[in-house]
Amino acid sequence: MRLREVKDILDASVFSGEEHLDREVHAACGSDLMSDVLAFVKNQSVLLTGLLNPQVIRTAEMMDMCCVVIVRGKTPDEQIVNLAKDKDIVLMATKYPMYSACGKLYSGGLFQDEGR
Amino acid sequence: MSKLHLYYEIDGSDFHAAGEASSDVKRVLKQLNFDSDTVRRVAICMYEGEINMIIHANGGTVDVWVEECSIELVLRDTGPGIPDIEQAMQEGFSTATQAIRELGFGAGMGLPNIKRHSDQLHIASEVGVGTTLTIRVVPSG
Ligand SMILES: Nc1ncnc2c1ncn2[C@@H]1O[C@H](COP(=O)(O)OP(=O)(O)OP(=O)(O)O)[C@@H](O)[C@H]1O
Ligand SMILES: [Mg+2]
Repeated sequence: MRLREVKDILDASVFSGEEHLDREVHAACGSDLMSDVLAFVKNQSVLLTGLLNPQVIRTAEMMDMCCVVIVRGKTPDEQIVNLAKDKDIVLMATKYPMYSACGKLYSGGLFQDEGR
Repeated sequence: MSKLHLYYEIDGSDFHAAGEASSDVKRVLKQLNFDSDTVRRVAICMYEGEINMIIHANGGTVDVWVEECSIELVLRDTGPGIPDIEQAMQEGFSTATQAIRELGFGAGMGLPNIKRHSDQLHIASEVGVGTTLTIRVVPSG
């Protein structure tokens, strides 16, 4: 799935990396616990989270994740947006809560692991 | 490749800046053409260590020694120390505050995660004196 499709499915606003929406992504994960993301993420390239602080972008960076989706209608502040820009990470925000956002992407064909 | 040395001072009062040093190490290793798995393993270890320094020990220093066959991280702090290292190594053990948990950390996963992603981990710690983590990653490529 392309990030553009992720954006459309989630009716999301893009805060950084508009120019990278043609990137292909194959798996995603949803978590509010960066500890868990650091411990368990393998090749998921999209991180959905309800947290809003710069460490969310840092965590994605360390894990080579190319897109962060902030759920539940929160708006990222300038510091976070700038960090995402700096790290070439696509940052989006959706009004959907975590469960719905994950469900929508899953039904759309973006799974937890590549292929399922 | 001769041995490359990097040095960082980690500001313990700035949670928002946490990860800058790890990010820099990641950039350098990529530039040196280490494979992505190795780069990621080092980044995870360093970032977990850096966050720990900030949330548990009021900052510290990191030395990184890079050779073709080994990447060594030495993280030193003069924080409170770890009274029981074996306990601290258990998944789920954490003394982090509620405020830290609300930021998405403090699940007691960091040290076990460093262990999992490194080839060698040595923790030296003395209560009231500080903690030194020595982490070695052997490139997988
Ligand atoms: N540098 C340090 N100085 C003092 N205590 C530490 C240090 N690093 C770890 N600890 C102690 O060891 C415990 C376990 O550390 P670990 O990194 O595994 O988990 P955590 O930092 O609490 O949570 P997480 O890493 O999941 O965010 C900490 O809660 C803390 O009590
Ligand atoms: Mg930790």
